[in-house]
Amino acid sequence: MKNNSLWSDALYRLTRNKAAMFGGFILVLLILAAVFAPWLAPYSYSYQDLNLGASPPSAEHLLGTDILGRDLLSRILYGARISLLVGFVATGVALVIGVSWGIIAGYAGGRVDSIMMRIVDILYGLPFIIFIILLMVIFGRNLWLLFGAIGAVEWLTMARIVRGQVIGLKNQEFVLAAKAMGVSNMSMFRKHLLPNILGPIAVYATLTIPQVMLLEGFLSFLGLGIQPPMSSWGTLIKDGVESMEEYSWLLIYPGITFTITLFALNFFGDGLRDALDPKTSDN
Amino acid sequence: MSKKFSLTTLLILTFLYSCSKNISPVDSAIEDGIFHFGNGSEPQGIDPHIVTGVPEHHILISLCEGLTIANPDGGPNLPGVAESWTISEDGKEYIFNLNKDAKWSNGEVMTADDFVWSWMRILTASLGSQYPDMLYYLEGAEEYHTGITDDFETVGIKAIDEHTLKINLKNPTPFFLGLLSHYSTWPVHKETVLKHGTIDDRNGQWTRPGNFVCNGPFQLKSWELNNKIVVEKNPHYWDASKVKLNEMHFYPVSNVMTEDRMFRAGQLHLTSTLPSQKCPIYIEENNPDLRIDPYMGQYFYRLNTNNPYLNDVKVRKALAFAIDRKAIVEKVTKCGQIPAYSFTPPGSNGYYPDTEIPFDPETAKQLMIDAGYSDLNPFPKLEILFNTNEDHRKIALAIQQMWQENLGITVELVNQDWKVYLSREMVGDFQVSRAGWIGDYEDPNTFLDLMRPNRGNNKTGWEDPEFDAIVQKANSTNNQEERYKLLMEAERILIDNMPIIPLYTYVRAYQLSPDVKGYKPHILDHHHPKFIYLEKD
Amino acid sequence: MLSIFFKRILIAIPVLLAVASITFFLIKLAPGGPFDADRAVSPQVLKNLNEAYNLDASNWEQYVDYMSGLFRGDLGPSFRFPGRSVTEMISTGLPVTFELAFYAILIALLLGVFSGVLAALKRNTFLDFIPMAVAMIGICVPTFLMGPLLVLIFGINLEILPVSGWGQLPGDKILPSLTLGFAYAAYIARLSRGGMLEVLNQDFIRTARAKGLTEKMVVIKHAMQGGLIPVVSFLGPAIAGLLAGSFVVETIFQIPGLGRFYVEAAFNRDYTMILGTTIFFSAMIVFFNLLSDLAALWLNPRSRDA
Repeated sequence: MKNNSLWSDALYRLTRNKAAMFGGFILVLLILAAVFAPWLAPYSYSYQDLNLGASPPSAEHLLGTDILGRDLLSRILYGARISLLVGFVATGVALVIGVSWGIIAGYAGGRVDSIMMRIVDILYGLPFIIFIILLMVIFGRNLWLLFGAIGAVEWLTMARIVRGQVIGLKNQEFVLAAKAMGVSNMSMFRKHLLPNILGPIAVYATLTIPQVMLLEGFLSFLGLGIQPPMSSWGTLIKDGVESMEEYSWLLIYPGITFTITLFALNFFGDGLRDALDPKTSDN
Repeated sequence: MSKKFSLTTLLILTFLYSCSKNISPVDSAIEDGIFHFGNGSEPQGIDPHIVTGVPEHHILISLCEGLTIANPDGGPNLPGVAESWTISEDGKEYIFNLNKDAKWSNGEVMTADDFVWSWMRILTASLGSQYPDMLYYLEGAEEYHTGITDDFETVGIKAIDEHTLKINLKNPTPFFLGLLSHYSTWPVHKETVLKHGTIDDRNGQWTRPGNFVCNGPFQLKSWELNNKIVVEKNPHYWDASKVKLNEMHFYPVSNVMTEDRMFRAGQLHLTSTLPSQKCPIYIEENNPDLRIDPYMGQYFYRLNTNNPYLNDVKVRKALAFAIDRKAIVEKVTKCGQIPAYSFTPPGSNGYYPDTEIPFDPETAKQLMIDAGYSDLNPFPKLEILFNTNEDHRKIALAIQQMWQENLGITVELVNQDWKVYLSREMVGDFQVSRAGWIGDYEDPNTFLDLMRPNRGNNKTGWEDPEFDAIVQKANSTNNQEERYKLLMEAERILIDNMPIIPLYTYVRAYQLSPDVKGYKPHILDHHHPKFIYLEKD
Repeated sequence: MLSIFFKRILIAIPVLLAVASITFFLIKLAPGGPFDADRAVSPQVLKNLNEAYNLDASNWEQYVDYMSGLFRGDLGPSFRFPGRSVTEMISTGLPVTFELAFYAILIALLLGVFSGVLAALKRNTFLDFIPMAVAMIGICVPTFLMGPLLVLIFGINLEILPVSGWGQLPGDKILPSLTLGFAYAAYIARLSRGGMLEVLNQDFIRTARAKGLTEKMVVIKHAMQGGLIPVVSFLGPAIAGLLAGSFVVETIFQIPGLGRFYVEAAFNRDYTMILGTTIFFSAMIVFFNLLSDLAALWLNPRSRDA
């Protein structure tokens, strides 16, 4: 298995990249925090202390409380579960479908390509955001519906980007040479195409995760996000915006958490790309 | 780099262009006599016989006028199109003398026939008006609307001559004059309506700028969908000399945060509401623009009496007694709301119900035990249904806590989008549901009538023939004092049966520029624009 | 290329019909109807209303009725706003949404391409890090935060720009366009940086450099043509996304565009309005995707034959 050296090289380069490792570390921490939220959170996400109302950070409530007197730290921790789940699940769905679709279409070319891309075009033509809104209105705010719907939108772009990359690569010397040598399709994907398009995929995926989280926030702005009293970072930021002049901590802490997550994803994604695509990194 | 600089320069130039501190619309409004009005949402339309809702009302009150208008200082209605009226001894016959100066906005003189035709229109079943019952107090009106008769002659409205209108009521209805300031009883211009459609045409184009003819202090100038509606002074209005504003601009700002920012930036004189989290803050900082006016509306919970557990009056009372209303208004709503101990808001037109709902966890507990529930046989889980909204959630959470602590009942909160919530309430698919009711006219009947059997808005499944009989008897009584006594008795029966749990009496909280004068608190939120003017504070 | 264009248009028609049909039956599943209101109407009135709008017919009859109207170009009357046709409402909202989207795309392209290309050329210098960090923040900050922030700064504290409106007061189009544009500028910056980096390492760029072309020529004539393909392919979906973003911006800035109509129609169960806007949005998305595809094709001669 000659492939192994490619992956282990990549891993080696990744571990050498401090920014990427730091990003990865933060991501692992966040995921752990989300998984263990019920044990880590000082209060339940719905516990409210009416007498307290919105209160600034204090010893009892490290990040303060929201207007209903709910502990903000606990809500951010529980929110991580929803937001990361939405982000990773939907992006994962998009990745799996989009990448395989794009590679097949791009590499096969001709009729297969045009039919496959026509299907993508057709699905593109459906105003998904409008359908998501409609579905949320009709069926209530169902979490799994949200994942599915968002994943279904995002894979299309992925498929297009991948296809574009594959077509670009297809005519390059090394691919043509490999083809001439009679390399099988499967190993062509694995050895020549996939490694060369992993860069853009990693970048796009790191862009998609926050995008999906934002989409959830956008739905909550329209009153269609996650059902209260549960929280997601999107809903927390949206609530924070509404009272940012009076209770700034309600925006600042969820905002910082979100931004840190995004930067971590980004550093990690960049590192991943550099590690997987040695051509760009030796520049 | 040069590209970057040119872009930056462009941006800076644009800012500088508009820099010299924007003159805000409110600053320039006094000179132009323009009232900038934050109006909540885009009105469905301005046909007074078809539309319903508060934003629609705000626009219509500037465009059309009924026989009487609401008194800005409270108290009995003032003359509108009718300059005077006489009421017969038995309270069932009204003679209205129309003001001979009353004209339509196209200059035509208004006649008694205009009212006859207009009321015939609203009672035409195929028009699908949502307020025909406002006229059911007339003889024969319900029969005509429901198709029992198709002879409008049998309905109790007649034009005696060009300027005299005679109205015959089924019962003495002491609040009848008050009804006449509700837009569903206002006239429409027959020729204009018929020019653009039939009497029952809902989609007629007669309400468009250029077509629209009505008789109010203002006339329709322009209407940009979802943007703004402009009305200008109507020179043909009978009391035009009193009207000081030149124009009113209505902005359909549905996002309350946007509306608050527009007000602060001087783009509005008046907001339709307040972001609820801002109210306690504005109260604390003594914001001079904050206005909190009494409002004839009640916030309450409906109990579904068809539910086997809620069918027991002891349980319903226990639930009501376990709620600390003071805590709700002081710690949750925090905007000057008043704890409610009756269904009808007290003080409406001199009516003060004497019902009491104690906050008494001990009695409440005992009532639950009497009803047969104990630790061994706990009360099943209860669901509170409300439409998705943070304010309703806050209140529901507080009540959840109170019921849990005081009665040991597990309560679950269910929020649904508006339409879903409405349809579940309608078909009785709920246990406890959040509700609100705003009076249509200034009389307890606008509340108590709701709880009579067969009323579509009862929704609780509670029917009590005694209650029904007393309300009916009250409404055929001509003596107001005796009538109120009967209504208070009905109110006691209602509270004693507790199909609804009153929580608090609403207030109207909004922001008003100090430049606006004559915008007085009114319990029904009626503000006739001829009393409003602008003056530098 | 023209034939591709017409072929795609032909395919769009059955797609739009499918969208219309799916939406039609989906809406019928929604609980609650257009005439449910706070103050419940009497059964008598409800019956009259349902008759007036043909809602008492069977779903199938209504469907046939609607579709035949659609073929005649009649989208029906709005249920929520008596006297308004859906066509009329769309035609008042659409130009506004278009104008907003146009300014936003313009801002996004100017800012995004410039900083992305610059970052790629000056890789690993502060001219790379700073624009990219700003772009990251741009992506983090959702429009519903960016909008109110800009308003608080420029509208309420500095008092130099109006806080809302569209074409009502001087300068009121600046903040909404910026709000919507920023979000996409960040994306475009990242995509163009990524695309440029790919291309700058390819052989033909080295060849071009070796041929002695100036760096400026290399970048503008050769690198950007290939490096910006991802940006161009992104534009189609971006415009679709922009429409969604416009829901938020239109609400925050009180702009009378189509997005607000749609969201309100969905909540109000204004059946015909939901259908009309959905079909319309779909048609527009199909169109813009087509345009962006053609542009990408034109930029990338190697895939022209594909």
